Amino acid sequence: MTGKGGGRVPRGAYLGWLVLSVVALALASALAVAVGPAEVSLAEVIGSIAGHLGLPVGAGVPPLTDSIVWELRLPRVLTAAAVGAGLALSGAVMQSVTRNPLADPYLLGLSSGASLGAVCVVILGVGFALPAAAFAGALLALVATLSIARVGGTISPGRAVLSGLAIAQLAAAGTSFVIFWSAKGDSYREILNWLLGSLAGSSWTSVAISASALAVVGAGIVLAATRLDAFAFGDTSAAALGIHVNRTRWALLGAVALLTGSMVAVSGAIGFVGLILPHLVRGLSGPGHRRLLPLAAILGALFLVVADTLARTVFDPRELPVGIITAFIGVPAFILLIKRKRSAAWA
Amino acid sequence: MGVILAGVSFAIDGTGILADVSADIPTGSVTGLLGPNGAGKSTLLRLIAGIETPDAGEVRLDGTVVASLPRREAARRIALLEQSAAPSVDLSVREVVLLGRIPHRSRVLGSFGGDDDRRVADRSLAMVGSAEFADRQWHTLSGGQQQRVQIARALAQEPSLLLLDEPTNHLDVSAQLSLLGQVRGLGLTSVMALHDLNLAAAYCDHILLLHRGRLVASGTPEEVLRPAIIAEVYGVDCDILEHPRGGHPVIVFSPSTTPEEADR
Repeated sequence: MTGKGGGRVPRGAYLGWLVLSVVALALASALAVAVGPAEVSLAEVIGSIAGHLGLPVGAGVPPLTDSIVWELRLPRVLTAAAVGAGLALSGAVMQSVTRNPLADPYLLGLSSGASLGAVCVVILGVGFALPAAAFAGALLALVATLSIARVGGTISPGRAVLSGLAIAQLAAAGTSFVIFWSAKGDSYREILNWLLGSLAGSSWTSVAISASALAVVGAGIVLAATRLDAFAFGDTSAAALGIHVNRTRWALLGAVALLTGSMVAVSGAIGFVGLILPHLVRGLSGPGHRRLLPLAAILGALFLVVADTLARTVFDPRELPVGIITAFIGVPAFILLIKRKRSAAWA
Repeated sequence: MGVILAGVSFAIDGTGILADVSADIPTGSVTGLLGPNGAGKSTLLRLIAGIETPDAGEVRLDGTVVASLPRREAARRIALLEQSAAPSVDLSVREVVLLGRIPHRSRVLGSFGGDDDRRVADRSLAMVGSAEFADRQWHTLSGGQQQRVQIARALAQEPSLLLLDEPTNHLDVSAQLSLLGQVRGLGLTSVMALHDLNLAAAYCDHILLLHRGRLVASGTPEEVLRPAIIAEVYGVDCDILEHPRGGHPVIVFSPSTTPEEADR
């Protein structure tokens, strides 16, 4: 996961990974739009998108194929990419400002809190407030987790994860309760989609919510890269390097709650993307956040686009909640992390 | 000029930590901050660094009130090495030293590890004789080497004042002596909290002795490290000898003979 003895990752190698990731993301997204029960060729994918963007590229595409591409699959792939990028950024920021390598919006309960907030609003039927409610849920869960974990002014990584577990369980129970209580339609499926995460309901509205949150909050986070670096040796050392520690930490955690809330509002609580992506990416980018954050966002997007494509195609015509796929990949990586790490911060 | 502490008091949640501490720390001198656990040494260092603001009194560095400086500006003038810290992610030695450049970068998207920063980082490492470790991973170094790298990180801030909180903790004797020798050799105004009275006597120009948040003695090691003062502050019996080579005081402690101890 981390570079062994090598020190700095050369600039050329980093740029190489960056370009490679962007190309891989573009390719995977195009393929993901093409793959599915109704076969669509790559040329038709490009033709349809170009047509809607008013570009004079490609031939005419049959109306049915065009609507499959433009109305169903493209919004879903774009949502997956934005959510993956947002969760990976959230995880990277949380790991740095809490100095906890296990920090992640899912493990610390933010995602479940956001789900509960979102479900309450969905049940009450106030559509436009969905991201705001998810944000409020994520923020409440975060504050609850950190206050429970705090002992004598410090928060150990282990206690944070345990408190996060408690809050996540409570919020998940709340989510299930609200859905059962409303008792309409297919409760079980709906509960599964919120608790495990699913991109099945993606629309252009989902794209608008997740992509705008990523653009605004994500950009803010990337601009704070140097401040995130300063937290490497802890609060005192960050303060001695000229950082307003509390102000910076809460601003960044608030940004994470906003980002996670927006992502959960469109996809439910998808786990492990925020946990494992930053660890994997540090091996390619080095620990400096100016390099880590952009690459983590791109690879997070790639990871979730691929995971979601697997979720909807492997057991075709049935569809898995995408959180099952990310857990199958994420949990072994999580176990490896626990076994391999030796930094003092794990004590 | 140097550092002037003028009637500095500080409390946390109503509990007094420091009361009316006043002292002059001349430019270029090495000052030892002594006192039993809980005497307020670390807090005083945080106040001098400007991380905390005194409730009363003020800390002045070269005539400027430290608390009035913006945080970043303070970090360009004052470097603080806290007690044995470890990074939360795996960093190379050069990356650790580059952290010291953060206060000098532009606030938004400051270039991390630009050429100037690298030059300063490498020079700082060379100043503490650790240039050959630049590409090693931090966690593979010994405790003494890690402390030197921390000092290099502080030097990369290009400070005019260096603060060290128990820099010799957990180090073996040879690492302790070489580290303090290194600090002296820098020629920077330095204030360090120390536990070992003999190290303080050997390496410091001035001693500030804190007890329960008050400054009970200050001056040269010869003036401060006297049996009566040490007995009052630490509650131990000792004799002062003259170092056969250096001439500085050497404190020799006697086995404890207080009534409570004798009863056991």
